Amino acid sequence: MTRTTRISLSVNGELVSAEVPVRRNLVDFLRQDVGLTGSHVGCEQGVCGACTLELDGRMVRGCLMLAVQADGAKVTTVEGLADSGRSADLRQAFATRNALQCGFCTPGMLASALEYIEKGGAPDRTAIREHLSGNYCRCTGYQAIVDAVCDTIDGKVSA
Amino acid sequence: MKAPDFDYERPNTLAAALALLADGDGAAEPLAGGQSLMPMMNFRLAAPDVLVDLNAISELSGITVEDGWIRIGATTRYCELEASEELCAAMPLFPKVLPHVAHAAIRNRGTIGGSIALADPAAEMPALVLVLGGEIVLQNATGQRTVPADDFFLGIFDTEREPDELVVEVRLPVAEHSQRFGFHEIVRRHGDYAMAGCMITASMTLDTVRITLFGVADRPVRADLAEAALAGSDGGAAAIDAAIDALSDLEFEADLNAAENTKHHLAGVALRRAWAEVLT
Repeated sequence: MTRTTRISLSVNGELVSAEVPVRRNLVDFLRQDVGLTGSHVGCEQGVCGACTLELDGRMVRGCLMLAVQADGAKVTTVEGLADSGRSADLRQAFATRNALQCGFCTPGMLASALEYIEKGGAPDRTAIREHLSGNYCRCTGYQAIVDAVCDTIDGKVSA
Repeated sequence: MKAPDFDYERPNTLAAALALLADGDGAAEPLAGGQSLMPMMNFRLAAPDVLVDLNAISELSGITVEDGWIRIGATTRYCELEASEELCAAMPLFPKVLPHVAHAAIRNRGTIGGSIALADPAAEMPALVLVLGGEIVLQNATGQRTVPADDFFLGIFDTEREPDELVVEVRLPVAEHSQRFGFHEIVRRHGDYAMAGCMITASMTLDTVRITLFGVADRPVRADLAEAALAGSDGGAAAIDAAIDALSDLEFEADLNAAENTKHHLAGVALRRAWAEVLT
């Protein structure tokens, strides 16, 4: 029998309360129970970065945490980053620079890049690549992604 | 894949966590940052009956520097180590090494105690406590013991820690003002596990040298003969060549990426580059 527990957390500013299996990871909970499918599930081993989301102000891997561990936490997904306007400039830069092809990696790329930008990261291509080294793009669009992050930091976009 | 089912406990105190581990009779597994245990559970390489989540135990987290020693609580996260100016001043090897530990999102969750308890032979933290001559504090329901890093790592994912014990603290000596440090790791992609890595600490005059290699054997290893070749030398080309020759005495182990002789070669490359950093 699957063991369950009740959790309450803030998701994109809204209080969510649910009974969840303890083995369910956070990104599956957000996609399947809350219906927020913006965070993608790729490797389920913390390598690809597609599930990157914000937990209590820090970007984390949604596949390497249990939903039950987010009890009482404040979670922001790629949907929440968009709705609040935090990712507006970055999303515009991604569109302008063609920084996505299939789009699978994009939610994680946006989350990871936004952490770099909001921490005051420099428009330094090497530093940006190092920061994004935990996010895979299988369409090999890194050049355009780094362009978009640089443009956002340089203030070359307005959403 | 998804992790198999388990019981989940999230105690608020260390005493409660240790009681759960004692009751678990070896089938309870502590969960710290989860950045290695969660993938292992998803792969079903690990299938604990009970997961004891340590993240609500505030007494296990934090950094203190006093009386010449740095004490780091086991569940202190990499991002907290990076952000601690006090720690980075007390031990300059940390700011050199930490940016190379996986990726930012992993460092936001992963913990120093978790890495040391897991003892991945290619991970940075075990090598760091070993090269610095640190100590690991273990505790179970009946008491506490302190194990020198030199005696702690026994093999691949194998340490002195018993199943009912937790790594509760890592202790490191505060750096001498004139102490020198070197670090280099060879990776295919920034943040990957090292194919070969080297950490060095030396006194200003090079009279004492400690060298640790990681990612090349079943555990982080001291390169004793290479240390002897460099200690008391002028540190020049002949000395580092002799130190690299002395690596032949070590037992290297192949992994999926590289054969033993490649590991041996890469260890020499990492040692040469780390030594160059010691001299700068």
